[in-house]
Amino acid sequence: MDGPSPLVQVRDLSVMAGGQMVQRGLDFEVRRGEVLVIVGPSGCGKSTLLRHLVGLELPASGQVLYDGQDLHRGAEEPRAALRRRFGVMFQAGALWSSMSLGDNLMLPMRLFTTLEAAECERRARFKLALVGLDGAFELMPAQLSGGMRKRAALARALALDPELLFLDEPGSGLDPVNAGRLDELVLHLRQDLGTTVVMVTHEIASVFAVADRALFLDPQERTMTAIGAPEDLLENGPAAVRSFFGRAAA
Amino acid sequence: MNDVSAATDPASSGAAVWSCEDGVWTLRLHGDLSGAHRSWPALPPTLADAGPVRIDAHALQGWDATVAAELWALQTQLQRRGMHLDLAGMPAGLTDVLWLAGAGDGAAGQAATTPARRAQGGALQQAKLTIAFFGEVLLALWRGLRGRQRVPAAELLQQLDQTGPRSLPIVLLTCALVGTMLAYMGGAQLGRIGAQGFLAEVVTVGMVRELAGLMTGVILAGRVGAAFAAQLATMQAGEEIDALRVLGVDPIAHLVLPRLLALLLMAPVLLAFGALAGIAAGGLPAVLVYGLSSAEYLQQSLRAVTAVHLWIGLFKGMLYAALVALAGCREGLHAERSAQAVGEATTAAVVRALVWIVAAACVTTVAFTAWGY
Repeated sequence: MDGPSPLVQVRDLSVMAGGQMVQRGLDFEVRRGEVLVIVGPSGCGKSTLLRHLVGLELPASGQVLYDGQDLHRGAEEPRAALRRRFGVMFQAGALWSSMSLGDNLMLPMRLFTTLEAAECERRARFKLALVGLDGAFELMPAQLSGGMRKRAALARALALDPELLFLDEPGSGLDPVNAGRLDELVLHLRQDLGTTVVMVTHEIASVFAVADRALFLDPQERTMTAIGAPEDLLENGPAAVRSFFGRAAA
Repeated sequence: MNDVSAATDPASSGAAVWSCEDGVWTLRLHGDLSGAHRSWPALPPTLADAGPVRIDAHALQGWDATVAAELWALQTQLQRRGMHLDLAGMPAGLTDVLWLAGAGDGAAGQAATTPARRAQGGALQQAKLTIAFFGEVLLALWRGLRGRQRVPAAELLQQLDQTGPRSLPIVLLTCALVGTMLAYMGGAQLGRIGAQGFLAEVVTVGMVRELAGLMTGVILAGRVGAAFAAQLATMQAGEEIDALRVLGVDPIAHLVLPRLLALLLMAPVLLAFGALAGIAAGGLPAVLVYGLSSAEYLQQSLRAVTAVHLWIGLFKGMLYAALVALAGCREGLHAERSAQAVGEATTAAVVRALVWIVAAACVTTVAFTAWGY
């Protein structure tokens, strides 16, 4: 019983960081409309894997396929077009510091759409309002608090209405209330806009709040040791996974 | 029982003493060892390689992190020799702290050293990076010329504003000073051979052909090249450049080309003003010290300026400006992700730009002279 074809297929992917093999033999898929969370202890290669999934790094071996199209090989132009179908929110926000928030959101639209300037601005304002930053259009990134910066980064990731959203540790460095709000926002995006979400995190509360499935990366084994619904992993997963989930849930 | 070495501190009551009984070495800790920074007894030279080493702490009354640090160092040292430190009988807190610090085999450090070492790279690696970077910039320029690559106009205007007008005063000042020096020195030397009539020509040709470009290049390296490197390295540290890359935006086209073009557009203006300032300032010693009339000086100057000198001066100045922009952007884009890397990139950009400028000046001067221009 095959469902609709998966949005992303990762085939036997090995990733290196700083000349060292970090993870090998990764085989999984991202289904349309799901929230997939990549979890694991610090240093297990979560963020490195994410950088490979968005095409910032070349894999040591293996493939990442979006709708069957290879992200890392082939002509430059179609691959660049492919990347614009997903939005990325970086760990520290990575807002372009020389531009106002509004310009941060409008730059991708200006570069890759034929929208009128006024239309760009309306859409940018709407996306800022979505993340609760109504009225911050003119502010510069340096004027924002940590929580606002994260939300602004999320708004920018949404600029081109991506079908797939990558989030790198969205809750890190935030207080529990703001982190919870961000989780809610992610759930709403999935529900209301049908966005598929791939999220890296080590915050267990957030995993249980938003994830349909969790992918566990083990730093010792250097590969994925479990994938499935978080509740299921907590009950029936391998020992390392159970203790990772259990420790935080307790 | 023989005491081998001991460390006592008259200021406090505690002491650590090595002793040996039936071939078993024991480090006896007694009294209050906290608070004082004392030197600890060295490992006894006769310590056997096999037997266990004990710690006798039943008389220990007080300890702090210094004690733990010394014991941890001892434990590491013994482990390296394949020996075991018996921690039985120590205060629970002390044992716990030692456990927390781990075995002392430096495993975490070994795991992390590879990337940093790789990033430093050898000279060959650096040269490869530079060549690859030049290639990418040329490709982007080529695409731009063929209309396949838009250069962001807003970014270009911003860079023009930052580089041009604000560099002008200091270019004027330095060129005027160099012009004065040139006239003063030139007048003295030419006077010896009775050729002071050539003074205006020396100053004018010197400024137009060589020095205005060189001084502008040096000023731009310090003012603008450093700023380029710092901006781009900061963007790199904050993942801002990655944020462009995931959109499929080429950082070379989006960040490097506007900066390169801004400097190339501004260079002729700065050069022209610099050369004029140098020639005008050179007139002061010529008139005041060497007795030329200002009309003579002006006339000789105008006669000395030929199209060849102008073109060569313009070519050199623009070449230096391009080198400054490329050095700054190259260092900025290839910086590591840290605050320290931003500083290193800035320094490296200035040094690299200056070296490139002087090398280019030498090569072009020799080449143009050899070709008879």
